[in-house]
Amino acid sequence: MTTEVPRFDDVAVGDELPPLSVTVTRADLVRYAGASGDLNPIHWSERFAREVGLPDVIAHGMLTMALAGRLVTGWAGDPGAVVEYGVRFTHPVVVPDGDTGALVEVTGKVKDKLDGNAVLVAITASCDGHNVLGRATATVRLG
Amino acid sequence: MALDQSFVGRSYPPSRVYEVGREKIREFADAIGDPDPLYRDVDAARAAGHPDVIAPPTFAIVVTWPAQAVLLHDPELGLDYSKVVHREQSFHQHRPIRAGDRLVSTVHVDGIRTAAGNDVLSTRSEIRTESGEPVLTARAVIVARGTA
Repeated sequence: MTTEVPRFDDVAVGDELPPLSVTVTRADLVRYAGASGDLNPIHWSERFAREVGLPDVIAHGMLTMALAGRLVTGWAGDPGAVVEYGVRFTHPVVVPDGDTGALVEVTGKVKDKLDGNAVLVAITASCDGHNVLGRATATVRLG
Repeated sequence: MALDQSFVGRSYPPSRVYEVGREKIREFADAIGDPDPLYRDVDAARAAGHPDVIAPPTFAIVVTWPAQAVLLHDPELGLDYSKVVHREQSFHQHRPIRAGDRLVSTVHVDGIRTAAGNDVLSTRSEIRTESGEPVLTARAVIVARGTA
């Protein structure tokens, strides 16, 4: 958790948000499946995932989106300040069996300052050398 | 087979009411590994100006997805659900979802097109309180691979 909440006047275009690295294991996928209600077996059954042409079990796109969103909600200090958050799912996060799981690395940069004390943040999320999200941006209202 | 273009502009009746519980928000926040106290601690949420604990922005999918599924499974639309991939998602918070909200979601078909042999469906889900207060607008792009 960041304790220092950014102020609009102090934020500049090009500022980088503190990066975030998150490990995703099969247990995390099961927990997210239960919490979200998305029980699609591609997120927990290796057999099923391979049958539909995937290399292995993959993370829910919405879980990846949520993990990347933590970069912005944590920075803003109040998740309610995130007015808009959107992503494109460009590549799956493949989650092998075992304790190591998959490592998702998230970065963000202030891309623009907007009216109404809002800033536009461009987000990247990568895993295993692939960008797993595209056109990921958030609009955050600052004090 | 390409999807029926006449579905563009169509909307479905509002979903049944989804009542947002504090423990459900906590469970969801745990599942995304987010320790933010505003998702868990009523006093912290009130100190930040919220009436109750708030939900992570992507929690909205729990409310919109079942309502959207009614559209995706509509036999008249003819979408092959086994080929469906979630391509894009966005959330516009008019205000954060919070514990105690009684929400309904209405799904609208904003666009249908074909691209490279895929059916591409753009949807918009409007989440409001039972009494009509706008809370969140969710947009999704759904692709059915190789069906067009």
